[in-house]
Amino acid sequence: MREHRAGYIRFSREPQHTMSLTPQDIGRIANLARLELRPEESERMLTGINEFFEIVEKMRAVDTTGVEPLTHPVAAVQEVALRLRDDVASEPNQREANQRSAPAVERGLFLVPKVIE
Amino acid sequence: MSADLHDLGVAQLARKLAAKEVSAEEAARHFLARGAAHASLGAYLATDEEATLAQARAADARIAAGDTAPLLGVPIAHKDVFVTKDFPSTAGSKMLEDYRSPFDATVVRQLAEAGTVTLGKLNCDEFAMGSSNENSAFKPVQNPWDTSRVPGGSSGGSAVAVAARIAPAATGTDTGGSIRQPASFCGITGIKPTYGRASRYGMIAYASSLDQAGPMARSAQDCALLLSAICGPDPDRDSTSLDVPAQDFGRDLEGSIEGMRIGVPKEFFGEGLAHDVRTAIDAALKQYQALGAKLVEISLPRTELAIPVYYIIAPAEASSNLSRFDGVKFGYRARQYGDLLDMYKKTRAEGFGDEVKRRIMIGTYVLSHGYYDAYYLQAQKIRRMIADDFQQAFKSCDVIAGPVAPTVAWKLGEHASDPVADYLADIFTLPGSLAGLPGMSVPCGFGAGGMPVGLQLIGNYFAEAKLLNAAHRFQQATDFHLRKPEGF
Repeated sequence: MREHRAGYIRFSREPQHTMSLTPQDIGRIANLARLELRPEESERMLTGINEFFEIVEKMRAVDTTGVEPLTHPVAAVQEVALRLRDDVASEPNQREANQRSAPAVERGLFLVPKVIE
Repeated sequence: MSADLHDLGVAQLARKLAAKEVSAEEAARHFLARGAAHASLGAYLATDEEATLAQARAADARIAAGDTAPLLGVPIAHKDVFVTKDFPSTAGSKMLEDYRSPFDATVVRQLAEAGTVTLGKLNCDEFAMGSSNENSAFKPVQNPWDTSRVPGGSSGGSAVAVAARIAPAATGTDTGGSIRQPASFCGITGIKPTYGRASRYGMIAYASSLDQAGPMARSAQDCALLLSAICGPDPDRDSTSLDVPAQDFGRDLEGSIEGMRIGVPKEFFGEGLAHDVRTAIDAALKQYQALGAKLVEISLPRTELAIPVYYIIAPAEASSNLSRFDGVKFGYRARQYGDLLDMYKKTRAEGFGDEVKRRIMIGTYVLSHGYYDAYYLQAQKIRRMIADDFQQAFKSCDVIAGPVAPTVAWKLGEHASDPVADYLADIFTLPGSLAGLPGMSVPCGFGAGGMPVGLQLIGNYFAEAKLLNAAHRFQQATDFHLRKPEGF
């Protein structure tokens, strides 16, 4: 067991109980997240994420049987229904303004690399 | 006379403007000049004198026409997480360098309707992810109380602008403490309202079930003025906005707090709390007793668990929100790439900073097949338990008080190689964030190195007025909020 170097919070880490991610996991997650990681970046990421998951272990041990997950925090005290508005066009056409900050536009269309041969 | 304009608070400035003792244009010019003189602090990411002065002249025209909007002509600055038509909006990220929004965030629009003039956009941690402002893609921010120290984060630029008298007030956003912690580190006052009271429309999203806007200013009175303009339903633009009407938060400021029950959570005073911070907090609690409040010991037993719970939920939501940055519709695109997938990957690799990538990776992992139940769903269940703990506590108290952060501001670069150290330092702000409760930081003393200490006040849902009342009464009896760093 070692203690965090920040010291002021005695959050003990118990690496021996921690499931560790592998370099393969990092590659798989980076692909899902659409992030290209350089080899040294992947290595740092692996260390950083494994350190982080050491503090997550305590959370996994909590008995949450029968507890409903909380999404909108105010739902802890009252009914909160997510509002839906009628499916009608209410916005003016602002194509030009909306495309002003796009990296590549031609004749009102967003340009991307060729997808279909 | 204009030499001391920057020492005036929002309320005083608004009175002078309404009385035509100073014009909005004079006030704007004065604060812009101060911002330029203290540019080395790094508070601003963008200013545009022409845009600011155009807004100021429009405010002067409204004053001349007899308009009595409450903040008419008051210059403020916005955290760069709020999108603005007249200024770039970057969220502190290279991904949005030079991005121009076609619209104003609801909070920005509402403040402008109340009369504010925008001085510029304030530095912050990239996409509001951080506790020291060192994750800004552009530059770090210096704490004016000691320029070798961090201002806190993620609303670091906002806190510094107010503390250094560069702006009388600023907007901030708070996801896990991003208004309260920098306010504490810089010796100013800040409030995060109940989740759902302020619109999230036009706030560049980090973690949607936690993000809230709020004001940062010198006093509770000034915060009340701004918060009254910020809150209110936004039914067509924000699906999580609550149907709770706007409120005049200035109305109950003066009320007596005789007999108010202040809950002191024992978990906030453990061995992790630095001695200097504890001394200042203890003195503040004594001050409350002198004002007639009663201290009640309470327990928030899951305080430590808030750290992993928050750092699962927030990255999960971030990984989803930040998927929109793909190099197609707006923002940065890599210069060189092969096919579409390669374009996405290189764009995101080059456009995002380290901490943002780390949180996207954590979020992607905990939402991925086979891990969702063990991490994300488990975190959301404990989130409810944490919210229930607060409801239990509020049976025996009216507000909760404790430290905002375990220490005063640390040195720039001190946590650089250890992001988990930043996460742990958020321990006292995270529980209230997860529960969606309103929270404040109120200057209450000074600790090691003469650095400010903030007292955290947490209220029950929709109890912002009570918090502001408690803070205002404290500020009538103390002068910590009036102190300013040497040389400013």
